[in-house]
Amino acid sequence: MRIGLLHSLIRKEEKLLIDEFRQRGLEPLLLDDRKLIFDLESRPAVDLVLERCINHSRAMHGLRLLESVGVRCINSSEVARVCGDKILCSLALKEAGVAQPGLRVAFTEESALVAIEELGYPVVLKPAVGSWGRLLAKINDREAAESILEHKAILGSYHHSIFYIQQYVNKNGRDIRSFVIDDKCVAAIYRSADHWITNTARGGVAAGCPVTDEVAAVSLAAARAVGGGVLAVDLFETADGLLVNEVNYTMEFRNSIDTTGVNIPALVVEHAMEQAT
Amino acid sequence: MNECVVCGAAVTVADDAVIGELLECPECGSELEVTGLKPVVLSEAPETEEDWGQ
Repeated sequence: MRIGLLHSLIRKEEKLLIDEFRQRGLEPLLLDDRKLIFDLESRPAVDLVLERCINHSRAMHGLRLLESVGVRCINSSEVARVCGDKILCSLALKEAGVAQPGLRVAFTEESALVAIEELGYPVVLKPAVGSWGRLLAKINDREAAESILEHKAILGSYHHSIFYIQQYVNKNGRDIRSFVIDDKCVAAIYRSADHWITNTARGGVAAGCPVTDEVAAVSLAAARAVGGGVLAVDLFETADGLLVNEVNYTMEFRNSIDTTGVNIPALVVEHAMEQAT
Repeated sequence: MNECVVCGAAVTVADDAVIGELLECPECGSELEVTGLKPVVLSEAPETEEDWGQ
């Protein structure tokens, strides 16, 4: 069995995955996306590729290029395409009947302002493509809305004039990150912060969260909605039940192993090896 | 012993290090990337790009 690891920088997560492969007697073929050249014909000598890129664009295109020469990939390029774009992800969730915060999408400053006022303040403006809680803006009033929309339209690339506007959910200082591997929700953490952004990349603190029936059911429904695979689902707790904030396809888990007692990289590697046979 | 390319502090590189691995300088906190093995070469890690994430 040969398994490729599509990567760029080797972060703690990738190192843990490599170690788990090695513990099972398998040396993964390291495919550094900074060095790869695709000729649309050649196929790397692997049975499966596990994607761990840090750039969304390289992951999505790299996966599609590998699939085109017959390489099975975890996750698929389609899952990467959907999860990497909040608009596509929200559409997939909506089409699957998975609950999510109210949202609007608009393409101009003027229509975005109307959309924001339709939703009602506060709202959260997010880049359609982006991660780690970067460039999020919580907009509390019309003056802030006008200012931020103008800044994004003038200073940003065209991507920043695709306005993804999400209803602000008062999450009482925490959200839930769950981990799905194939058809199982294997673990979950609470991410807590004094700041309204609770991403651990922004200082949110992780703590173990029980995988209740509801957490498992909503997480699996969200994972299925985007195509399934190895996924991390971000959930908001509300009085009306759990809402899915987003689904991540190159999940980070360094803060979730000790806190959950679940060896997530081992489970990912076992799943990849099963799929490769 | 390897040196941080930013501050010159000693940086330990594990025997099982791989090309592309990220390390943090214990003195200045800079992120370093292992860009060579045998001999070990350390470089400053690239800056975060807009589409980085998970």
